[in-house]
Amino acid sequence: MTWGVVVFPGANCDRDCVHVLRAVLGADVAEVWHADRSLDGIDALVLPGGFSYGDYLRSGAVAATAAVMPAVRAFAASGGPVLGICNGFQILTEARLLPGVLMRNRSLRFQCHPVWVRVESTATPFTAGLRLGDVLEMPIAHGEGAYLAPPETLDALEAAGRVVFRYCDARGRVVASANPNGSAAAIAGVANAAGTVVGLMPHPERASEALLGSADGRRLFESAAAWLAARRPATSGAAR
Amino acid sequence: MPTVRVTVMLKPGVLDAPGQAILAGLRALGYPVEGARVGKVVELAVPEALRARVDEMCERFLANPLIETWTVEEPEAVR
Repeated sequence: MTWGVVVFPGANCDRDCVHVLRAVLGADVAEVWHADRSLDGIDALVLPGGFSYGDYLRSGAVAATAAVMPAVRAFAASGGPVLGICNGFQILTEARLLPGVLMRNRSLRFQCHPVWVRVESTATPFTAGLRLGDVLEMPIAHGEGAYLAPPETLDALEAAGRVVFRYCDARGRVVASANPNGSAAAIAGVANAAGTVVGLMPHPERASEALLGSADGRRLFESAAAWLAARRPATSGAAR
Repeated sequence: MPTVRVTVMLKPGVLDAPGQAILAGLRALGYPVEGARVGKVVELAVPEALRARVDEMCERFLANPLIETWTVEEPEAVR
């Protein structure tokens, strides 16, 4: 299988994602330029973190208009797994591929430190290999990560099990002191209706090697790789 | 070419953290201001034929309708 990592101007976590996928997971990776119009040959897509287009207008808003985005929409519509990390999450909400919006942190501070999140749904490629209630340690690094959506949208997300990650303490308890940015219902990540498009604010690619303090994030990428392998017949031409 | 002024504001009820910080700053300076909201102003040079689509531009891009409202000022008012 081949991962695609979309490179927007101002992205700064694209190389980290490529490193983890290529050197840690041993996967094939293609960097996809923001001006590319095709995702041919890509099996799973990552929209990495950073400050695309300088966060002008709203975080992710300009990237949502990039030339590559129609192909991203088509990829998502066809059931391809898409992971938006931090700014990638913001881009997915601005592109309306995910519901809600990421607002300025309630503290007004750029929050850059490890957090814990609890797995709330395993009905996504990125969490299919995890267990409900698993607690993952990953860093956040954002100024605009307070998840907000209208009350009826939040209710619908909860009812449909589309909240994928929730901020919690080290023991998995969702407490106010563990919510780093004021997100509604402590939401750290959500999925689309199909479960195949997932966005989250923490950085799994910065927590994929023990040397970096946590390898929990690696499980998201491994989960998606296993999910894809299970979905594809081994006899298909996809074997690379 | 006519200039159209678009003002984007957070909806009432949406926490405006920068506005709260500005409010606190003004109060610290001794002004008993009761509220401050922060928005954005975008001036667009819009061909006449596109004027009718400014609202659409706001809905799709200049504002996020989930959290923001917008007003469009006519060219006469801006000049």
